[in-house]
Amino acid sequence: MKKNFIFLFLIIIIPIKAFALIEVDITRGNLNPLPLAVSPLSIDDQSKKSFERILNKQNIGSEISIIVENNLRTSGLFNTLNKDAFLQAPDIANLKPRFEDWNLIKAQALITGKVTYVDEKLRVEFRLWDVLAAKEMMALAFTTVPSNWRRVGHIISDKVYKRLTGEKGYFDTRIIYVAEEGPKTQRKKRLAIMDQDGANNKFLTLGNELVLTPRFNPTSQMVTYLSYFKNLPRVYLLDIETGTQEVVGDFPGMTFAPRFSPDGKKIIMSFAKDGKSDIYTMDLENRLVEKITNHPSIDTSPSYSPNGKFIAFNSDRSGYQQIYIMRNNGTDVKRISFGNGIYGTPVWSPRGDLIAFTKLHKGKFYIGVMRTDGKGERLLTENYYQEAPSWSPNGRVLIFYRETKTNAKGEGFSAKLWSIDLTGYNERLVETETDASDPSWSSLLSN
Amino acid sequence: MILSKILKNGFLILAACLVLTACATKKEVAAPDISGQMQGDTYTGTDTVNYLADGVPDRVFFATNESILTTASRETLRAQAAWLRKNSNFNVVLEGHADERGTREYNLALGERRANSAKDYLMTYGISSDRISVLSYGKERPVDAGSTPLAWSKNRRSVTVKAN
Repeated sequence: MKKNFIFLFLIIIIPIKAFALIEVDITRGNLNPLPLAVSPLSIDDQSKKSFERILNKQNIGSEISIIVENNLRTSGLFNTLNKDAFLQAPDIANLKPRFEDWNLIKAQALITGKVTYVDEKLRVEFRLWDVLAAKEMMALAFTTVPSNWRRVGHIISDKVYKRLTGEKGYFDTRIIYVAEEGPKTQRKKRLAIMDQDGANNKFLTLGNELVLTPRFNPTSQMVTYLSYFKNLPRVYLLDIETGTQEVVGDFPGMTFAPRFSPDGKKIIMSFAKDGKSDIYTMDLENRLVEKITNHPSIDTSPSYSPNGKFIAFNSDRSGYQQIYIMRNNGTDVKRISFGNGIYGTPVWSPRGDLIAFTKLHKGKFYIGVMRTDGKGERLLTENYYQEAPSWSPNGRVLIFYRETKTNAKGEGFSAKLWSIDLTGYNERLVETETDASDPSWSSLLSN
Repeated sequence: MILSKILKNGFLILAACLVLTACATKKEVAAPDISGQMQGDTYTGTDTVNYLADGVPDRVFFATNESILTTASRETLRAQAAWLRKNSNFNVVLEGHADERGTREYNLALGERRANSAKDYLMTYGISSDRISVLSYGKERPVDAGSTPLAWSKNRRSVTVKAN
């Protein structure tokens, strides 16, 4: 684990000389985030008026730069500097920054840019500068429909993140989750989707029936989830674009805990019958159903390895819930969790080297990670109740949900989404319109 | 005859009320004192219980992580089986539940296992499987919103619900 982080930071050091001056002990989390200035994107009066009319935003250049700034700050890797301290006007800075001015406010990297209205389209160019080396590191331009302006901000964030860390970003992504309302004993639950930063929230179901555990297809805008439609809990497939949905398979009982295979062509899930739950897959093309485990225990929460060759799942075949891995055909079942407590919800990292999990030990719930052989367990966060980690597409951040303890009268219940870095640092509440649970992170929408 | 029945019912209701008030006070006064309502960590009280008919409780309770029926649960289920035999026009749904101290997906499976445990017992007492369906809610529908061992014990249950 440590090796990975050291590697990551070597990459950061190379493009920016200034980084060599900073000693970052990543094993303690990133306590020295890179000072970064995001200059508002400059905009000419004519374009400003056009976007004000179309998007109802006074200054779309500032708005986009705020998105970039927020993304990079919440990543925990960057310290975004206060705009009030900026000495240079956005339009001049984008042409040729006066590096000494930016150096003065301790910026080590600088983002500048320009927004124009061209042929009813939004054109955005931006540049990333190394302040100490006084050099341009990257320059890119996009043209898109004006309504895509938030995504432009996310794409710029991803480009900057990649240029400075050497890894893909995770900002141009969405989160699907379960929106919760009402008393704990009669919770109303709806599927909801939002941008990774909480914008563009949309409810996908009405809340007439209980819905649980939505998960993204890694390759398309499809979602699989559990619905209690007509009081028959079954796994469903939902196309977010068209809104069409269908039951997955024809099982004479409850199917649950669905996830897609990494190629998006199969759904893996559990089917409960006569008190035991086994793992099944269904091929979405030919609809063939395959039974993967066959054991009198509860086998559930399956998750494929990114290469599709292995499956992690939890089973109580040893007496208590523990994590196992097996080949994708169900052979070579091996228990990998041997620490104190019970272990569940294994989720394979998109990088393939780690499995995130939920652990219950002595009345506390933990989100942690372990290697795929079960060694190197690291607990990232402890709480009264939390579970269901989902990886950011670059495998650096986990999103999960947390529930509060109620008081003696059973009041004060809430469920919220939280995120935390793989380092165990940068724990953040993810703001949602309503209470929320069961988050699932999409792949990058653009590459 | 009828009068004696009414009196008897009245007495039962009165007794139930007494038990309820007793429990309520006990909880208010000394929260940790749960000895009267739990055996091990299985709920033995009655304050969440409904009745399918006189003397036929609608639910059975389980220990943490367990789906084994206790002696009291078996007695309840035998009463339910007797009632089902007498009322052959009724079908039932067994709704299995878990407490909040477990992961959502595992709890769905555990609820199903608990309801099946009750179903198996009803079947050994002559109730046809055609009349029984099973529905797990996992931890989605607690009866008690509390975050205490007593609340959790009430929520670990299988409830027999008339389906028609």
